[in-house]
Amino acid sequence: MATPGKPLIEVVDLEKDYPTGAGVFQALRGVSLSIATGEFVAIMGASGSGKSTFMNLLGCLDRPTRGSYHLDGIDVSRMSSDQLAALRNREIGFVFQGFNLLPKMTSLDNVALPLMYAGMGRQARRQQAQTVLERVGLGERSHHTPLQLSGGQQQRVAIARAMATRPRIIFADEPTGNLDSETSHQVMGLFSQLNRDEGITLVLVTHEADIAAYARRRIRFQDGRVVEDVPQKAVAA
Amino acid sequence: MIFTSLFETAWHALVTHRMRSFLTMLGMVIGVAAVILMLAIGQGAQAMVRSSIESMGSNLFIIMSGATTSGGARVAGGMAPTLTFSDADAIRGLGDIVAAAPVSPGTAQLIYGGLNWNTSVYGTTPDYAVVRDWPMESGGFFSEADVRSGARVAVIGAVVGRELFGDEDPIGKIIRIRQAPFEVIGVLAAKGQSLDGRDQDDTVIVPITSAQQKIFSSSMRNRARLIMAQAVSDKRMDAAESGINELLRNRHRIGVGQDDDFTVRNLTALAETAASTTRIMSLLLGAIAAISLVVGGIGIMNIMLVSVTERTREIGIRMAIGARRRDVLWQFLIEALTLSLIGCAIGLGLGIGGAWLVGNLAGLPVAVTPASVLMAVGVSFLIGVFFGFYPARSAAGLDPIEALRAQ
Repeated sequence: MATPGKPLIEVVDLEKDYPTGAGVFQALRGVSLSIATGEFVAIMGASGSGKSTFMNLLGCLDRPTRGSYHLDGIDVSRMSSDQLAALRNREIGFVFQGFNLLPKMTSLDNVALPLMYAGMGRQARRQQAQTVLERVGLGERSHHTPLQLSGGQQQRVAIARAMATRPRIIFADEPTGNLDSETSHQVMGLFSQLNRDEGITLVLVTHEADIAAYARRRIRFQDGRVVEDVPQKAVAA
Repeated sequence: MIFTSLFETAWHALVTHRMRSFLTMLGMVIGVAAVILMLAIGQGAQAMVRSSIESMGSNLFIIMSGATTSGGARVAGGMAPTLTFSDADAIRGLGDIVAAAPVSPGTAQLIYGGLNWNTSVYGTTPDYAVVRDWPMESGGFFSEADVRSGARVAVIGAVVGRELFGDEDPIGKIIRIRQAPFEVIGVLAAKGQSLDGRDQDDTVIVPITSAQQKIFSSSMRNRARLIMAQAVSDKRMDAAESGINELLRNRHRIGVGQDDDFTVRNLTALAETAASTTRIMSLLLGAIAAISLVVGGIGIMNIMLVSVTERTREIGIRMAIGARRRDVLWQFLIEALTLSLIGCAIGLGLGIGGAWLVGNLAGLPVAVTPASVLMAVGVSFLIGVFFGFYPARSAAGLDPIEALRAQ
C-alpha cells in the first residue's frame, strides 16, 4: 500500500516531444500534478490535446523526454523497458476503448494472461482468473471467447484482466467509446464500485461529459498543458 | 514467466492457425524426409560396397595377360594369354606374396538331370580359395593333385547349387559342363554381389587343367588369362606390386623401354576408390537434401515474419499487461522451434517409411542409421533457432504504443 502522506503518482514538468517531418511536435509542454491513492480522476480534452500521451506516460508504456515521474515514490522515468514491463504487470491495469482481448482465447485465458507474465503456475492463475471474472459478474462466461460475448461483456472481461494481478492503478482509455449508452453506464458503475470497494485508483480518459461525471476529480488538457484541475461531486453509481 | 507457459502459448498459437502451421511445417517435413531418405540410400550403397570389398578377398592383385596400352594405343587385354602356370608359381615364391592362382575364365552350360543353367566357369588352382578368402559351405576344394591330373571335379557356388539341385545334396553328384561330366566335390559359402554387380555365387570352379582340356578346348596349355595373388599385408602391397612387375618383366624378357605384356592391378586400391566414390555420392545426396531443409527453414522464417506483422496488436496487448521483451522473444522463438521440431518428427516418420519402401519395393540397399536421425533432429533444432530468431527479435523490439495502435 502507498506510503501515507506521499502521492501515488507525482509528475513534475513532464514534457514529451515527438520528432515529425516538420520538426519537433511538443505533445506535452510541462505537466505537473499528483494523484493520491484511491482517487478517481477523469482526464478530458480534445484529440491532440496531449491526454493520450499523458496516459501512456503514466501507464509506463512510454518514457518522458523531460521531467520526472514518481510512481509510489519511485522514479520510473529512467527505468529500462523490462523494468517498466514488470511494473505494468504488477502495479498497473489497462482498459482500452477497443477492449483489446485476444480473440482466440477464452475469457478465462485472457484474464489469466497477466498472471502468466507474473510467473504464476497454470492452475493457480486459472483459479484466480475465475475469481476475478466472478467479481465482474461473468463467472459463467469464463469459457466463452470474446466473439461470443457482447461489447459490454467484453469490456468487463477486459476490466477483469486489468484487475487480475491486483494492481494499484487502472488506466481506462475511452472505455465506453465502443459501447451504447446503457452499457456504458453499467461499465462505469462497475468502475465506481471497484474504486469505492477495493480502493483501486482510477484514471479515466474520456471526452464524454456524462462519463467523466462518474469521477471525483476532473483534469482538462489543451495543447499539451493542464488547463483545468477541479474536484467534482461524483454521480451516484 | 514459467517455461511451460511458453510451450502452452506456442502450442495455442499453432493450433489456432492449423492450416498455416501445417503448411509452414511442410517445408521441414519434406526437408527432413529427403535428408533421411537420401542418407539411407547413400549409406545403403556404402554398406553394399563395403561388403563387396570384404567378399572380394583382401590385399588382392589381379595380373592380366596383355598390356592395357601398346605404343600408346589401348589394346584389348587377354587376347593372347602371355601368363603361364609357372609365372603363377614364381609369383607365389615372392616374399610378399601369400598365394597366387592362375585363372582361366569362361562361361558354360551346366546340366544336371533335366535342369540346365548357364554360368561362369573358372579354371584355377587351390590357391584361388586362399586369395579370395572363400570358405566352403560343404564338401571341400580340389587339390594340387587334381590340378596335375586334370581331374573332372568341380566346386559350385551357392546359386548354382540352388538352381540345379534345390534341396538335394549336390556332393558326389555328376553334372555336365559343356557335355563333359564332372563330379561335384564342394559347395562354396555364399558371398553376394561383387563390386561390378555380378553375383559371385553364380559360378563353377574346376581345376585349370581340366577346364582347358574338357571345357574351353583351347590350345593354350599351361597359359592363363589371369593370375590372382594375395599379398601378406596391406602395408606390403606396394612392395609386392613392384616385386611382381620386376619378376614378370624378367621372366618375359622385356627389355628397358619396352611395354609390359601384362597388367598388374591392385584390386584393393580399386575397391577403395569405389568406396570413396560411393561416400562422395552419399555426401552429395545428403547435401542436396540438406538444401531443402534450409529452404524449409526459410519458409518458417517467412511465415513467422508474416505472423509477427499480423499479430502486432497482440504483441502490444501482451506488452501492456506485462510481457517483457524477452518474454515476447521467447514466445516467437519457441513457436518457430515447435514448428520445426514437429515438422522434423513427421519428416522422420516419412523418411524412415520411405526408406523402408525403397528397400522393400525397389530392392535398393538402404540403411537408416541413428547418426542420421540425430543429425536431422539437431539440424532442425538449429534451423528453428536460426530462422526463428530474426522474426522473434523484431517482435520483441516493437514499441508497445505503436503495436497497440496496429489494426
